[in-house]
Amino acid sequence: MYKYDEYDQQMVDTRVAEFRDQVRRRLAGDLTEDQFKPLRLQNGLYLQLHAYMLRVAVPYGTLNSAQMTLLGDIADKYDRGYGHFTTRQNIQYNWIKLEDTPDILAELAKVEMHAIQTSGNCIRNISSDQYAGAAAEEIVDPRPYAELLRQWSSFHPEFLVLPRKFKIAVIASETDRAAMRLHDIGIKMVKNDAGEIGAQFYAGGGMGRTPMIAPLIRDFVPLDQLITYAEACLRVYNRYGRRDNKYKARIKILVHELGRDEYVRQVEEEFAHLLTQPIEPPLAELERIKTHFTDPGFEAGASDDLDLTDPDFRLWVERNTHAHKQAGYVIATVSLKPVGGIPGDASADQIRLMAQLAKDYSFDELRVTHAQNIVFPHVKKADLYTVWQALDAAGLATANLDTVGDIIACPGLDYCALANARSIPVAQKISERFGSAERQAEIGELKLKISGCINACGHHHAGHIGILGVDKKGLENYQLLLGGSEGADTSLGQITGPGFTEDGVVDAIEKATEVYLANKQGEERFLDTYRRIGMAPFKEAIYG
Amino acid sequence: MVEVQFRFREDEAVNDPAVTVDAFAAQTNATAVRIEPGDDARDLLPHLDRLSLVEVSFPAWTDGRGYSSARILREAGYKGEMRAVGDLVIDMLHHLKRCGFDAFAPDKALNDQDARTAFDRWENVYQATAVDGRPAIWAKRHG
Repeated sequence: MYKYDEYDQQMVDTRVAEFRDQVRRRLAGDLTEDQFKPLRLQNGLYLQLHAYMLRVAVPYGTLNSAQMTLLGDIADKYDRGYGHFTTRQNIQYNWIKLEDTPDILAELAKVEMHAIQTSGNCIRNISSDQYAGAAAEEIVDPRPYAELLRQWSSFHPEFLVLPRKFKIAVIASETDRAAMRLHDIGIKMVKNDAGEIGAQFYAGGGMGRTPMIAPLIRDFVPLDQLITYAEACLRVYNRYGRRDNKYKARIKILVHELGRDEYVRQVEEEFAHLLTQPIEPPLAELERIKTHFTDPGFEAGASDDLDLTDPDFRLWVERNTHAHKQAGYVIATVSLKPVGGIPGDASADQIRLMAQLAKDYSFDELRVTHAQNIVFPHVKKADLYTVWQALDAAGLATANLDTVGDIIACPGLDYCALANARSIPVAQKISERFGSAERQAEIGELKLKISGCINACGHHHAGHIGILGVDKKGLENYQLLLGGSEGADTSLGQITGPGFTEDGVVDAIEKATEVYLANKQGEERFLDTYRRIGMAPFKEAIYG
Repeated sequence: MVEVQFRFREDEAVNDPAVTVDAFAAQTNATAVRIEPGDDARDLLPHLDRLSLVEVSFPAWTDGRGYSSARILREAGYKGEMRAVGDLVIDMLHHLKRCGFDAFAPDKALNDQDARTAFDRWENVYQATAVDGRPAIWAKRHG
């Protein structure tokens, strides 16, 4: 994975010094809270309902074990002994003291980590495929391009005060595991007919209160124009994105209001102009970055045999592992969704255990997924049972990846100042209702996502089943959506009808799964059946 | 008339009254213009040769359109004074300078020492803006 050189290190160290200075000025009263807010947000520091929340960046979701260990230590030292992995492949801590934050950032900088631009109206952490560099079907490893974009977007002087936040995802597989088209800019690395690698750009996707699927805006950007093209996209947005209404300020509204063709025309004009400016990094820089993402030293001829006599292990292997490009290896996902647990939470001890296992059995590497789980990207099949036993002993071997129990949920009203309803208790009740492994296996792949307000941090629009918490005359109320998807077949869910109480929505989901099981043909997933038979039978069962 | 607190130019300060972008095209003797956030800086491109002062207004520092306006004019070859005016905060001074600003007139005077620290804080930068003369880190890596 990427290793800082002296320049990268200097940049994060300088940021720590700058932030320490900002906190000093705030505590001395030289900065008012209004002035300080946008500054602290650019360092991932929020003021939530009960305390400050610090969001630490995990660029494109990739971590080494020293970094993961420190994340556990920070949870112990500065929080209440746990951390929360987020839908942007980051980690956040919910109980932070303002005066501690400069020291936390200084500790992070020592292991090449930071909280730069994890919030605020700027380019956020670049997300990517959690199986990058390990999946059998990828065209290239997307992470070098994500790293190039990370550097370009860090403290980009023109784009630090955009109309609104700006999220970029980079993938390089047909299988989209990063919800690429639901980003402000989605980039898919592709190969053209001449065999050259380039970038396909999508722009104007997003969730929030007005969900949009990003249209294609350019089929192929050559690698030696990648940054220049991204800069053109951002400049048009910075100049013309709406600033009169924060709910209409995302690039999706600009692209929608201008129309895709007009946005493309303006970007192309700006792009032609910017190509005359010497702003593009040389290809040598991309080559330098690529040398950090070479394959680890896989053992040639490692055995593909797996002893599956332990039924619990077999279930976990079937549910939580994915084919690796290297024979004898496998990609393993650690579910942070135990029955009745808080989605994405891990204790300090669990975080450190995962770090140690990655060090011993996954070439020192881990990934955070946007579904709030952790991945060991390169596990030798011969080691898999040992890894599973260690996870199982720590309560980390829940076999429910991509099933109804693998719920994405935002922090909701338990923590968040924006929320209208609680998300976590709903997630807990659903995971308990569908707690049995047999039942989860019977229902199969079912992506369930919960947001506690229309800002959609829990991605409810993109869930096969989505839940949106709203405030209805002072009472928490939950709307149900069916038919969303974040994959290569991206679609937005449709609301079933009137909302439910907390228990009522769990009942409604159960009825929806019964409709699926009664109508399922062959190997259909919930989503496939829904798409084939439509909303009516579900509605009838839920409200009838 | 707001006061220029920081200026990074050797030439004489320009004190001509700045007119709006709309008025500038019509007033052929005007040499100073003031760009508001909603103005298109490119409207000035035919007139660069008679411009000696561009004021870019920041009614709120969180409105970042002025950064693009300044950089666009510098990219087009404008060499005169580029003055940031309005709600300026210490922590953005460095980034304003990178986009081509060389004079700063904050509504409220900034702490002089904190501001000078902020201007000089970043020894290296990740991007080339092509208008601040600073080599990007990638250029140094492959120099």
